[in-house]
Order: sequence, then structure tokens, then C-alpha cells
Amino acid sequence: MGRLWMNTVPQRWHIDMLMITCPWCGPRDESEFTYGGEANIERPTDPEALDDAAWADYLFMRSNPKGWHEEQWCHAHGCRRWFKAERHTVSYAIRRTWPMDEESS
Amino acid sequence: MTCRLNQGGVIDRSKPLNFTFNGKPLTGYAGDTLASALLANNIHFVTRSIKLRRPRGIMGRGPEEPNALLQIGEGPSTLADQRATQVMLTEGMNARSINGWPSLEHDLLSALSLGSKLMPVGFYYKTFMGPKGWWERYEKLIRPIAGMGLTPDGPDPDLYEKRDLHCDVMIVGGGPAGLAAAASLIGTGLRVVLAHEQALWGGGLLASRTQLNGQPANAWLEETLAALHAAENIQLLPSTSVFGHYDHHFLGAIERVREQRPNAPIRERFWKIRCQRLILAAGAIERPIVLPNNDRPGIMTAFAVRESIERYAVLPGKQAVVFTNNDSAYATARCLLDAGAQVTVVDSRASAGTAAKAMLPEQTTVIYNAKVCDTTGKKRISGVTVRQTDGTFTRMDCDLLALSGGWNPSVHLHSHASGKLQWDEALATFVPQNDLAGVRAIGAMAGAFDFATALTQGSEVAREFATELGSKAGTDLSLPEVSHAEPGPSQLQPLWRVAGKGPAFVDMQNDVKATDIELALREGYRSIEHVKRYGILGFGTDQGKFGNIIGLGIVGELINKHPTEIGTTTYRPAWTPVTFGALVGPDTGELFEPIRQTPMHEWHVQAGAVFEDVGQWKRARYYPKAGEDMDAAVARECLATQKGVGVLDYSTLGKIEIHGPDAITLLERVYTNNWQKLGIGRCRYGLMLDENGMVMDDGVTARLGEQHYLMYTSTGGAARVLSWMEQWLQTEWPDLEVYLTSVTDAWGTISLAGPKSRELLESIGTDINLSTEQFPFMSLRTGAVNGVPARVQRVSFSGEMSFEVSVPANEAAELWAMVMRKGEAFGATPYGTEAMHVLRAEKGFIIVGQDTDGSISPLDLGMEGMISARKDCLGKRSLMRSELQRPDRPQWVGLRPKDPTKVLPEGAQLIEDPAAKPPVAMQGWVTSSYFAPRLGHAFALGFVNGGRARHGESLYAWDADAGVIPVEITQPVQYDPEGGRQRD
Ligand SMILES: [Zn+2]
Repeated sequence: MGRLWMNTVPQRWHIDMLMITCPWCGPRDESEFTYGGEANIERPTDPEALDDAAWADYLFMRSNPKGWHEEQWCHAHGCRRWFKAERHTVSYAIRRTWPMDEESS
Repeated sequence: MTCRLNQGGVIDRSKPLNFTFNGKPLTGYAGDTLASALLANNIHFVTRSIKLRRPRGIMGRGPEEPNALLQIGEGPSTLADQRATQVMLTEGMNARSINGWPSLEHDLLSALSLGSKLMPVGFYYKTFMGPKGWWERYEKLIRPIAGMGLTPDGPDPDLYEKRDLHCDVMIVGGGPAGLAAAASLIGTGLRVVLAHEQALWGGGLLASRTQLNGQPANAWLEETLAALHAAENIQLLPSTSVFGHYDHHFLGAIERVREQRPNAPIRERFWKIRCQRLILAAGAIERPIVLPNNDRPGIMTAFAVRESIERYAVLPGKQAVVFTNNDSAYATARCLLDAGAQVTVVDSRASAGTAAKAMLPEQTTVIYNAKVCDTTGKKRISGVTVRQTDGTFTRMDCDLLALSGGWNPSVHLHSHASGKLQWDEALATFVPQNDLAGVRAIGAMAGAFDFATALTQGSEVAREFATELGSKAGTDLSLPEVSHAEPGPSQLQPLWRVAGKGPAFVDMQNDVKATDIELALREGYRSIEHVKRYGILGFGTDQGKFGNIIGLGIVGELINKHPTEIGTTTYRPAWTPVTFGALVGPDTGELFEPIRQTPMHEWHVQAGAVFEDVGQWKRARYYPKAGEDMDAAVARECLATQKGVGVLDYSTLGKIEIHGPDAITLLERVYTNNWQKLGIGRCRYGLMLDENGMVMDDGVTARLGEQHYLMYTSTGGAARVLSWMEQWLQTEWPDLEVYLTSVTDAWGTISLAGPKSRELLESIGTDINLSTEQFPFMSLRTGAVNGVPARVQRVSFSGEMSFEVSVPANEAAELWAMVMRKGEAFGATPYGTEAMHVLRAEKGFIIVGQDTDGSISPLDLGMEGMISARKDCLGKRSLMRSELQRPDRPQWVGLRPKDPTKVLPEGAQLIEDPAAKPPVAMQGWVTSSYFAPRLGHAFALGFVNGGRARHGESLYAWDADAGVIPVEITQPVQYDPEGGRQRD
């Protein structure tokens, strides 16, 4: 066939990315949001105590999984609040969004 | 000669419509397409093929039409490549052929038969792959020939609209399957949208003699549509092409509004549709059989002929040959006979199905085991040669050849979203696997060619989806009983092409022949994707709706493989061409992007200012007096600040108010320097870094109160800085109690710069003590100016004593006018952004984004003194990395051209030896460069490797246009390095 088929892609209809559910405003068009990279990267409390490798790890290294990925998103053209989302990097499905200060599980 | 039948069809004979084709006045009826109206006037020959200049006629009936691509209308609203089969006829329409020079009838290029020699198969590949320069040689010859119509000669005068649409169930296709699905959802409370590509509902029913409940299908259609119109939960979108199906049930559609309401103010509407469930009932397209000389006008698909007769009451030929490999074309033969034509059926099979045979009277000539193997005629088919399996050849006259090689479901909307296809052996084509969650293809699109099955599928999937979505039961719909149905493409025996002499076209639009596919295979291409690209098969506006499956079948035969082993090409959006205007909608011209104007904008306009765009802002760049060019105006404006007072509209500067007990903590974390000791009423310059240690913004922040600060950002950086701080506060520092408010638009700011600025401000009237003792440099006072509340700041970007006066935006225009009136006595001169840039360059101040590019650290700028050792801040740790400590990194310097009149081009490279042979090592580059009026010579700023230790050294600026200019490296600050003038 002319293309590769991704049989592992979850395609449940009710989870999607083109509509994103803001924890405060509800489902909104994806174009209202901005992306803020991987979630749960904590800024070191004492950066100067780190060697270059440890600082580079914080600065540059990301998990980049093929599959579910916890991310930060901002409802930039809405309530302007940041929140977390769990997105599938292959299907772009988002199965969960939750406020920044809530636990992820 | 008219080919219009006296009765029948769904045209409105009471509404004749006048139109022209290639200048000739003609008449059609309301309900006609441009194609049916042309055929009614006995016009088949509508264009010449793009490459070979062969006469071509109307062949299909819808989006698959490869030939009848016409130019419609004139001037700025002209439309190129309009498929005549999809254009509804309107009064006064002016349609023209696209190819044919000097005219369609007498084409010079076909006489020379240049085309075929110029463009062999693989032309684009062979040409573009080299040898170098060939394209330029060919282009001169090809451009006038390879026209695909004329572009409009002015801005599109029509209006367009974009709309979002959210629904529970989206149904694409208003034929029997789609209508039954929609009708089954009436009263469910679900929000249902039914889109149909055509102006008229009914799909295949409109060309059929099928009876529903013992009545002509029209009765059921009217009844169903009335019920759908009346239903509150159903939205009907006729004349709407769903052109793309994307991830997560997102669809794009174009509604041709004026097909339904000719006087509508907008021409087309772009719908962005999101649905929970999607029912695809997009129908199918009949494919022809490829045979030698299969492209003459008068050769059509069998269904196009049937629809012409049944729907438009047009008999496209009086002496017809119907050539088929399946049963569906027998209905075409029957309606040709009933319309008074002579008909011969040529069937490649040994026999037809019972239902097909029953369509025809006994005496009809049907030749089995036979193939049409050639045609004759110039601008219209005049005859065919039929070869029977026993080897006999029969030549017969005809003026119409109707072809049916089977039917291809229109699987595109399923494929767009990565839905899989499967080969249907009986139909010899691909059908959707229905593997997409929440999406179902039904009816002809799913290979169900009988109306009873289509209706049942529509009703069943509707009920299934309604149950899944938890809706209440809809109104009980009893499906109509189907009778007198025409046979579908049953008992098909695959026949892709008939061998023989003469060009046999697979893709009419691109003149791709069966022999071209053979050549591609001989040259080693195997993958259908490669064959397709090499031969440009399916690359036209029809996107291979006719040719792709046939091409696949031919490749399969040639390399002796089953089509599924070769695969199909990937169908991508758009299903049919989409108007750019519709995608853009109203976001064009003045509405392309918001335009921000300062409160004093009108004054600048009146003063004859030349404006420049800074982000979305319109800023006055300079104010030329009569006879002044930009350099003269800028020099005058600069010197005014030195001698008297210059007045700058500084309202665009970003302003963020910071409130809360942790405001100071935030400043400490985002700025490199110390904020603990800043007193109320004092200001401080701050440098903001990203986490990589690179400069991202700078500006002055003032302390207004115990827990209240006002941060100024660069004009372009305002939104970015606010978002940046918000992100840190919300994601990393939620424990800080700080509130950020953008107040950029709330205040209008007027900067008075120059030795007379204090006197001018005093003359305007203020209760703020302006003396240096009471109001020193780098402080802020609040009070009243000209009787309105004001914030006055003593900072300087120009190097001169300055007062920046901010008043509520609504008061700013009046204050500005007052400043200019009172200022006459002090030589007050408005100055623009250009002078502002020059003045700050003389002071060696950076402009973030002009001098820095995201790879410049404070160390590179020589600003290590701005970095507090006492605390951490964003980006600080990165500065400790060895790369950023390198002494030979590019460093901020001044550059003085040895010829004081030579202004260096910004962006010029700095090199050591102008005679060196490339590649030449770069020593640095120029970021800002002006003639500096206060210095009296040309001056530039830029970066030089290890430049701080190289003051006094000579380099050469090199620029492709300006050549080589010798320069001396200096310190960046040239004007008043001690800063006495600004502190005064
Ligand atoms: Zn929100």
C-alpha cells in the first residue's frame, strides 16, 4: 500500500485535539490555545549548585515519547490560564486536561 | 440545433437563461449546469488538451470532469478552470475555452503539433532534474501554451465568510443514503447537519426512473425534504462541497451561497465543521474504458449521458454506441432509445445480466464479446471500430460514444483521515473499510449501488449513532419501497483498456496515455506513487477521479500483479478545488491584521508623517517638511533634541502593572539586576533573559507604591513579556501572590527630550516639582499635567534630558496638541522612530530584536555589571557555561567608517582582509547604522569577535551592493559617554 498504517493509534471519537477542554472554560477550538512543552519539568531550586550537565538536562532534555505525553497548555485566547494535558503524540488525541496545581493521576 | 427534449428533466422551462460561450449567444434553462446547457446547444467540443492540443469535449457529470474546464466572467472576478459540469448556469454567464490559440476552432499550436514533442512522459522530472538551465529554455516556449486559464486582473470584489459549526452527526451527501440517514434523525434532539455538493438534492435519484412507494422518486424527495426543512434539529447545507476530512472528525466545506440565493451579499462561505459522528454518503463516479482515440468530443461516460437525458432533458447524440463491461450502462441505452436515438450496445462480456437485458427491447443491437478499439472524427466523434473476439472488425457511424468501465466509490473523504481501503473484486475497485471510529461510509460510496440498500444503510447507521450518542428515538421513519430500479454495475468483468493503434488516454487533463505508463514501467518505476508522479497521472484539478484506478489496473496488467499488490495512491484534501478567497474569508486588506493606532495618530497624519509598522502599531517614522528627504528630516529632528526640545509619541511602549506582596520577588527572578533597594518613585533599567541566558527584553521599571510596580517593555515585546511572566507565575511559582495587568493601551505617552524639555513641561502646567533636586534622573512622579492625572518619568533613550509624560489615553491627543502649541516658543519638534533609533545608537543603547537576535547574552553586550551576584534569576546559570565565557565571542562594539560620510549597510559582514579569497572568516557584523547628526559622522553598531579588546583596530565592512568599506572599532557609546546631559 502507498502508506504505512498505524494500527496502534487510539481513535476513540470523544478524545480529540482539534477541540481542547480548558479546565475552566470547557471545550474550545484548538486555535485558542498555545503549547508550552512537556509538563512536570521542575526548575532546580539552586541552579548554581548544578554542574553543566545537570543544568543542560533541565534545560534541553525532554522525554519525547511515542504515545501519551503530559504537557503544558495555555488558553491564550480565552482565560489565559495554564493547565496540563495528556496528549498522544501520534494521534494527537488529548484524553485529559486538569489544572496546573492538581496531581496528574 | 437544439438537443433539448420537449419534456422531462428537472429543469425549469419557464425560466430561460441567456449565456455566451466563446462569444456566441446561447440559451439554457434554470436548473441547467453550464455543461448541460452547452450540450443542449449541441456543443461537445469545448477545449483543446493542454499538451497535445487535441479537441476535447464534455465527458463527465461532476467533479471528475477532466476537459470542460472553462474561464467564466471577466476582470477581477473572472474564474479559471471551472468545471462546466459543476457550474450552475446563471443569466448572462460568459464562458470561454481556456486552451486554443488564437481560437478554439483554429489552434495554431495543434497545427504545428508542438506539444507532444515538447513534453514527453516524465517531462517535469527530466527537465527539472537537469541539465541545469533547461527549464529556462523550455519555459519561453511553454508559458503561452501551457495555460490553465487567466487569473483575475484585480483584487477579488466578492465577499467571503468563515463559520464554525459543531454538531452531533454530520452527513455528507444528499443522495438517497444521506437523505435517509438525515430523515431517521428527525426529532432525536441531536444536532444534525446534512451537506450536499449539488444545488439540487437527490443524487442518483435525479437521473433514475426508480419508483419509491409506487411513485416517481420525486414525490419521496419532496416529502423527505419538506420534513427535513421542518425539523428543528436538522441543518441543510445544499451547494456545499465538503472538501477535506481531517483528524478528530474535523471537516472543511465550501458553501456556494449564490447557487441558492443569487443576490446573497457573500459569494462563498467556508465552514469548519466538528462533529461527534460522521456519515459519509458521497456517492461514486463512473469510470470509462481506455481505448485508442478515446478523447474525441462526443465521448462521455454512460451515466453522464443518462443524467443528461433524465435530469436535463438533453439528448447528447442521435446515433449512439454504448460500450460497457457491466450492467449499469444498459439503463443509458434504454433512455437513449426512449429519447429517440439509435443505439448499439457493445459489451465486452459474453452476456449481460438478466436485469440489464430486461432494460432493452428485443430488437436492440447488442454485440457481446466485443470491444470498441478505435474512433474517428475531428471535432466530434463520427464513428467507431468494433472488434469481436472472433477477430472480425465492424466500423459503424455514431455521434455519441457512452462508456462504462465500472464505478469508483468516492472514497476520498474516508481516505483523507487515514481510513483504510479494501479491494472489492465484484466492483474491481476500492471501497472504504469503515475502520474509522465514529465514521461510516454508506451507499454507493460503500459499494452499495441499489437504492434499497442505500436507504436501509442510511437509516441503520443513523439509528446506531443516535443510540451511541444517547439520544431519544426519532420519529418513526418507514423506508419507501423501491421498484423499477435500474441495474447497478453488476456482473462486471474488469476491462481497463483496449489495445490498438492511436493514443489511448488515461488522464485526459494531463494528456497521459496508456503508453506513457508503459514507458514509466520500462524506465523502472514500480510503485504506483512513483508512476503517478513520473507520468503526472492524476495531477490535474480532477485529481485522478477518472484515471487513478484505471492507471492502477493497467499497471497491474503490465507487471502481472493484482491491484492490491500495487496499492492505491493516497487521497489528500481537497476533494475539489477550493477558492482561496473563501479560506481567507474577510481577513484581507484592512482586516488582514489588527491595526493599532496611538491616541495622537490623527495629528501625525495631519502633520504629514511617514509611518512605519512596528508589530501591529502604526508609528510615525519621520515628519518631512517641504523639500526634505528622510535623511534631512531625521537630521533636523535629531538636532532639535540637542538644541531645543524633541517630542516623541511613545504610547506604543509596552506597559505592565505589577501588583501584590510578591511583586518584588517576581522582578528579582525575571530581571538580572537588584530590585530590593529600589525606592518608591524611583526607576531602574532591567535586562530580561531567557533560560538559555540570552537577552529577550529590556526596559525601565518604576516603583509606584509599596507593592505596585510599572514595567515598561519594548514596543514589540509587550505581549511576549507578559505571557512569559504569566507562564512562570502559573506553572512554576504559583506560590507568589502577584497580579499582572497590561495597561499599554490605557495610557498615551509623550516624551519630551532636550535641554528645553523642563521649561516646556512647566509652561504646560503641572503640580509636579520638576527640579533636578526634587525630581532626579531615573525617577517617576505622579501628579497633574494640564489638569489631567499623569505619570511623569525621567528616563532617557536619547541621551538628552527627558520627561516622559503618560496620561490616560483619552487625554493624550489633547495634551499632544497643547505640547505642540506651547512648544513653538521652545522650538519643539516632533520626531519619529527613525530619529529615536539614531539618537539611541549614538548612546550605544541596544534595540532588542534589531541588535540582538536571541543568541546574544548580557556578557556579549558588556553588561555583566547588570547581573547581580547576590541572587539567582532566569537565565543566570546558563551564563556560567564555558561557551558563553569564551573571550572571542561576538561582542557589542561601535563601528566608525573611516570615510565619515559612508553609512554602512545594516547586515554587512566584517572581515579582516578584503582581498582574501572565499571562504573568508567573518569577524563580525553590523546591526544598526546611521548618519549620526549629533556626532557629525556616519556611525554603526554591531558585533565583533572579542571586540571589547579590539577598540581602535581596523576592519572592513563587506556588502554585496556597497562593496568594501574600511571601519574602526570603537566603544559603543559615542555621544556624551559620561551621561551629564540626560542627568542635568
Ligand atoms: Zn480557559
